[in-house]
Amino acid sequence: MSGSDLLQTTINFLAVGGLYALIALGYTLVYGILRFINFAHSDIVSWGAWIALTVASAAGWLASGRAGMAPAFALPCVLLVTMAVCAAMGVTIERLAYRPLRKAPRLNVLITAIGVSLFLQNVGLLNKVFGNRPSTISALLQNDVLATVGGVQLRLFDLLTIVLTLVLVVVLERIVYGTRMGRAMRAVSFDERVASLMGVNVNVVVSVTFALGSALAAAGGILFALRNDLRMTADASWVLLGLKAFVAAVVGGIGNVRGAAAGALLIAFVEVFVHRYVNAAFPDKPWVGQLQDIYVFGILILVLLFKPSGLLGKAVREKV
Amino acid sequence: MKGLQERVAALRPALAPAVGKSLLPFAVAVLLAFVMDKIIGPGVGATWSKILLDVGIAILLAGSLNVINGYAGQFSIGHAGFMLVGGYAAAWLTFYGSVHWFGTKEPVGGFLGNGQLLFLAGCMLAGVIASVFGLVVGLPTLRLRGDYLAIVTLGFGEIVRVLGQITARQPKNVAAIKERTMWDLANNLGGAEGFSQVPGYTTLFFVYLFAFVLLVLVYRLKYSSQGRALLAVRENEIAAEAMGVDTTRVKVVAFVFGAFFAGIGGSLYAHQVGALDPKELGFMKSIDLVIIVVIGGMGSITGVVLGAAILVILPEVFRQFADYRMIAYALALILVMILRPQGIMGVKELWETSLWRRLVAKVKR
Repeated sequence: MSGSDLLQTTINFLAVGGLYALIALGYTLVYGILRFINFAHSDIVSWGAWIALTVASAAGWLASGRAGMAPAFALPCVLLVTMAVCAAMGVTIERLAYRPLRKAPRLNVLITAIGVSLFLQNVGLLNKVFGNRPSTISALLQNDVLATVGGVQLRLFDLLTIVLTLVLVVVLERIVYGTRMGRAMRAVSFDERVASLMGVNVNVVVSVTFALGSALAAAGGILFALRNDLRMTADASWVLLGLKAFVAAVVGGIGNVRGAAAGALLIAFVEVFVHRYVNAAFPDKPWVGQLQDIYVFGILILVLLFKPSGLLGKAVREKV
Repeated sequence: MKGLQERVAALRPALAPAVGKSLLPFAVAVLLAFVMDKIIGPGVGATWSKILLDVGIAILLAGSLNVINGYAGQFSIGHAGFMLVGGYAAAWLTFYGSVHWFGTKEPVGGFLGNGQLLFLAGCMLAGVIASVFGLVVGLPTLRLRGDYLAIVTLGFGEIVRVLGQITARQPKNVAAIKERTMWDLANNLGGAEGFSQVPGYTTLFFVYLFAFVLLVLVYRLKYSSQGRALLAVRENEIAAEAMGVDTTRVKVVAFVFGAFFAGIGGSLYAHQVGALDPKELGFMKSIDLVIIVVIGGMGSITGVVLGAAILVILPEVFRQFADYRMIAYALALILVMILRPQGIMGVKELWETSLWRRLVAKVKR
């Protein structure tokens, strides 16, 4: 275990953590306000990736294939357009599917979310929409090695993910803790009825929450697609990514912005470092590598058993 | 004035009628299963008897989930994990056992012959092992409620799936299997490729035998003091505890009971499909079962039977619409949740609805 190797793994870990954090924030925001697990969130992530592909190819930036790279301004444009489209999608879904169930038992909302998820997956698979063939958007970003410092390769993608995540998380923190809308969001999260009595328009707050969460999910989806290519069609194969991000949100303390980021880092730490060091220690036992998902869900169960409100969450006392 | 003990003794029914009365529904269950197998199955043709098999297995699985979700109110989305555990246990016993004791991988024996008895033993083993897992999953319910419990059950389901995927390769050569003991083969469950060539023992008889037995048991449970304790926990756990219900015990028992029949369901599934793929029995399968329970009506036995029948048969009927079928299904799911959030039956049973009462009154007149 050399020093530069450790540093390289750390950079990788930060990039993966950022990716999970972007997706986990959407889960945590929605749970904080509406107290339900938005199972359709992972589909917003996959739609984000595929909408980015659609936008980029419509603009002709992917026409030349792998050989030619898109201009430098292409990625920010695609990112902004996709985030806007996904935000609109999130708001529409909330308006049509979740709002009529605001007062219904939570299990109903959950099933509705699963219905929305199935709907998005199967619409996405239609040939007229995204089709069922894998694709790539790697032409949008030249993933060159920027610099080599002491044997550590700094790649553009890793830097972009880390910087973008930091910026978006800080912006989100500023919105939630520093603006009027953020205060309204926290008020609704605390007590929806009292907040509405105090003059907060709950519907607007919920819409804004969904817009923010979905925009972040779109960013996460694009970064994931840049990192791993768009090998996964817009179907149920994204559910595991969503589940892991959701685990991150729960482990950190669901409903808590910083908790989601911390949980994402923890999950990424387990994935990346265990993959690099523990699995390498057992070269003759290939099944050790597949235990990764077990660690993630094992952490989840342990955290929930000993601190059900998550690492950074506040314990809620139950009233009789 | 007679003593208290004598009065109690006078009220107690004689042994023979009591045993007879308690066993009668199970005898009827065997009879009905036999009718399903010998008359209805051949009568409706191959395609429909396959669909009937799926419906029966769905009734068994959703009915057992209903005890956990509907009666006890403990939201579980890891039911497929119990299925997988049970399926592995039974497939291990029938596949390797068949080779060891009968010398072939194919099903042997006729109705209730050696092969089918081995299969029955496999189903029981599946139930027992799955209920041990149910105990393990039920214990966290001491600390967790609502969504958090759901997430733990989800995590359990995923962990079982991954554990299934890392098991060792499945030897398929008869001679190679005979060289090793059964115990030695316990880890050879096929890994990521799944356990294949499971002998196809599942018939309508076994599916509906277990399904009817489950229905009799859950009916009796619902109208017993144990069942009322479960419903009390669902409605208000703190109030139930204040009334003297041992909430911990009740919840764990619900999980163990549900897991037992889910394990049997997994065994029937494996021996029907002929293979056990851990990827198939993951999160989405658990969700399918939850959907059946919610659409049917949480806590309603007849509701779950209806829900299972509808959700298995409709997709088969609309198979020709391939791509658009699932979209319509998703939309229907959302619409049902918005327009009829309590499901088809709500918490009522069929015989408790006003429509049924009116029908019965009309028939009686």
